[in-house]
Amino acid sequence: MNTFDYVRPATIADAIAAAAEPGAAYLAAGTNLIDLMKGGITRPNRLVDVTRLPGLDRIERLPDGGMRIGALVRNADLAHDSDFARSYPAIAEALLSGASAQLRNAATVGGNLLQRTRCGYFYDVASACNKREPGAGCDALHGENRLHAVLGWSEACIATHPSDFCVPLVALDAVVEIEGRAGRREVAVEGLHRLPGDTPERESALEPGDLIVALRLPGEAGMFSAHARYLKVRERTSFAFAVVSAAAALRIEEGTIRHARVALGGVAAKPWRARLAEEILAGSSPSDPVFRRAAEAALADAKPSGDNRFKIELAQRIVRRALTLAAAGTPERVPALPASPFSSIPGALHA
Amino acid sequence: MNVSISLTVNGVRREVALEDPRVTLLDLLREHLDLTGTKKGCDRGQCGACTVLVDGRRINSCLALAVSHDGAEILTIEGVASGGELHPVQAAFIAHDGFQCGFCTPGQIMSAIGLIEEGQAGDDPERIREGMSGNLCRCGAYSGITDAVLDAQKSLAETGRRQAA
Repeated sequence: MNTFDYVRPATIADAIAAAAEPGAAYLAAGTNLIDLMKGGITRPNRLVDVTRLPGLDRIERLPDGGMRIGALVRNADLAHDSDFARSYPAIAEALLSGASAQLRNAATVGGNLLQRTRCGYFYDVASACNKREPGAGCDALHGENRLHAVLGWSEACIATHPSDFCVPLVALDAVVEIEGRAGRREVAVEGLHRLPGDTPERESALEPGDLIVALRLPGEAGMFSAHARYLKVRERTSFAFAVVSAAAALRIEEGTIRHARVALGGVAAKPWRARLAEEILAGSSPSDPVFRRAAEAALADAKPSGDNRFKIELAQRIVRRALTLAAAGTPERVPALPASPFSSIPGALHA
Repeated sequence: MNVSISLTVNGVRREVALEDPRVTLLDLLREHLDLTGTKKGCDRGQCGACTVLVDGRRINSCLALAVSHDGAEILTIEGVASGGELHPVQAAFIAHDGFQCGFCTPGQIMSAIGLIEEGQAGDDPERIREGMSGNLCRCGAYSGITDAVLDAQKSLAETGRRQAA
């Protein structure tokens, strides 16, 4: 690990000033950053510790029925907040399907939104990676790439975004509140992460010094609580990143889907909202043929970036199954194996 | 860059001068405080051998910077027994053969204490296995570990009931 200056500002304004300098990085729990620094993948010359900033650790109800979550709320605390989990069960399930209990106890909401890709070539400093070193090339393109992107990728980068949490957030139109040198602004989570294009080193809409201070769920995100699931295929049942995942949320009234939300994880450099699938679902009655058409629409633009054609079919099946599970109803409690296709839930179909 | 921090470790207040902000909580415990019960396995947050409780919550001490935990309360494997009496989780690991080589055991025990404290798993073996998935055991003592956690949870609940009565 390189050496760095450590500063612990007392106010958000001081934090922004300290982090706006070139080479500076924010430190919250550090569960991703310290790992990256140990591998020499990121080498910040200054860490700005935000863990003591006041007022960023609260979960609040908003007048519109939505919720506001401070950026320093820990993943485990958010997932186990009973009001939050009842209102947004797919988010709670996604949170509990990610990492391990120790990491969830430490990791913060803000940090999770900004976690870096787990592409092996990004992590291996001996490999060429345009994200780590712009212009260096991409060794993943002709390497071990069965887990890489099938949507939104470019010749410059085929890495995927690893977050589970972000997938239902994008589906439910969550928004991040950002403090920066020019004051406060808001960005939809869907607009926070960027596709690689020719500049895969630019991963988010954040500018130097920008600090995510809160995450907000709008009031209407709560209307899906009776029919919302997150489903995640992993190479082992627990403590693994998604090969493919999907969040499905339905508002069903009198046997008809009034509103639908679908998003995918593990398929692109950002959590992938499937609006075409949502349009097919809205107004239909929940049934397997409709779910199948929606799943096909969700992956209509997909193309393999290497040895990963299987992910397109797999993602369709996961969307279809997530919709089937969502239509069957949100379980009383998050299953023992959160988001696992191996959980035995009555009524679940093997897609 | 020298930084002085103050921590409570196993109930004892410790002042530590860090020569470098890179020191992790794990290295602080092992190298500065000579508490080598907490193990360094992968050092990257993947194996759980370094699990300790920070302010009552289990975390991976290898991914935590010591300097960021100024003022925290730390519990390590050295601090769980009271006098000569083993912690119920320690006793259960022995009773159920919850280990073979023992390298992962301090982390397993700290993780199990954290899990029981969190109160989410109940007596469901599947939830216990899921809740312990951040602790790898290369000897494969998992079935004994699950039995030990179930048993320890039961005896701690009984102790709690006796104390409440």
